Amino acid sequence: MDSSRRRVLQLFGISSLALMTRPVYNALATEKHAQKAKEQMIRGDKALTAKQWAMVIDTRQFESAEDMEPLIEACNKIHNIPHFENQRHEIKWLWEDHYHNVFPGKGARFLSEAVESRPFLVLCNHCENPPCVRACPTQATFKRASDGIVLMDFHRCIGCRFCMAACPFGARSFNWRDPRPFIKETDPKFPTRTKGVVEKCNFCAERLAEGKLPACVEAAEGKLAFGDLYDPDSEVRELIKTNYTIRRKQELGTEPCVYYIV
Amino acid sequence: MKDKKLIVTGVIIFLIIATFPFWYNRGKAAPMPELELTAKAKAAKVCVRSTEYMRADHMQLLDKWREKVVREGDRIYVSPSGKQYNMSLSNTCLDCHSNKAQFCDRCHDYASVRPYCWDCHLDNSKEKT
Ligand code: SF4
Ligand code: SF4
Ligand code: SF4
Repeated sequence: MDSSRRRVLQLFGISSLALMTRPVYNALATEKHAQKAKEQMIRGDKALTAKQWAMVIDTRQFESAEDMEPLIEACNKIHNIPHFENQRHEIKWLWEDHYHNVFPGKGARFLSEAVESRPFLVLCNHCENPPCVRACPTQATFKRASDGIVLMDFHRCIGCRFCMAACPFGARSFNWRDPRPFIKETDPKFPTRTKGVVEKCNFCAERLAEGKLPACVEAAEGKLAFGDLYDPDSEVRELIKTNYTIRRKQELGTEPCVYYIV
Repeated sequence: MKDKKLIVTGVIIFLIIATFPFWYNRGKAAPMPELELTAKAKAAKVCVRSTEYMRADHMQLLDKWREKVVREGDRIYVSPSGKQYNMSLSNTCLDCHSNKAQFCDRCHDYASVRPYCWDCHLDNSKEKT
């Protein structure tokens, strides 16, 4: 009995000594690095900011798929998007589709021919209430708090494709193969992706950081507008206010931030 | 214990096989890799942080950069000396160290680490030479 009590007391003593070592060690360590360096990570002064970025597409100004080519080309080029012949391997950030696929359920009988035959530009809607973000188990897909862009952190993506199942707009593509050999011309400024990750439009976050508008908006020469949805004086708000706009599958409640003037 | 002989032989053979790499490579430690600095890196004299820090902790720094750039959109690094850098592996680090094979790879090979950064991040030095 006696000896066991002594043992317990000894153990307590030793453990408390052990617990003290770390603070002591830390104190010594910081002393050694007394001139401990102060670093900072900041946003550039030129960076464009918004509460929620949004896009308005004036579909009346696009007559054929050729009108969209330069926009899609611009996006593909700067983001190192591969081109696969096999449709099932396709990687799409920005593409063109028919009215009935873009706005299912909105096909009125005897629909305006002009609208029905018009090509529509589609991309990730950067939803305000994005189901892809909720589905992602690793937070590889997240909604950036600072400006509402729904972004991908490729480092974290495990390729489970839950997000693809959750996105009602088919805005996401999966890399079934190593994309590198299928990139026509690699842009050294942007990374490529690797096999096994999902990707999609990033609203050109890397360009906004440098004070530039998205590449597709720049290439569209006024047919697309980009701005802050929560700034009542922004160009997008002005367009939404003065034109009749529709959004994709609005009834699902994801609150898409891409508006279409029809 | 009539299998004693068999067991002892087995144990000895096992020990020999298990320690094989140690005595086979005895005295043949690979020499420390020699890193080459490009003219640009030499001219710059300092990296974004001190050489000792970079040597020991560049991976932690890169990890911080990754978190900041990807998730928060802060892309400018202000070093303790007040200088600003664009936080980019392919376009800032490799701009000076544009000899990945003689700089990054030599040490990584020596330490037997295989960072998969380069599966996505471009080795722009390749294009330059
Ligand atoms: S369009 Fe799809 S991928 Fe884009 S934010 Fe909405 S749900 Fe997510
Ligand atoms: S595929 Fe990647 S981004 Fe999509 S849900 Fe899985 S981990 Fe998240
Ligand atoms: S916003 Fe940028 S990433 Fe998105 S479709 Fe346009 S060019 Fe591509």
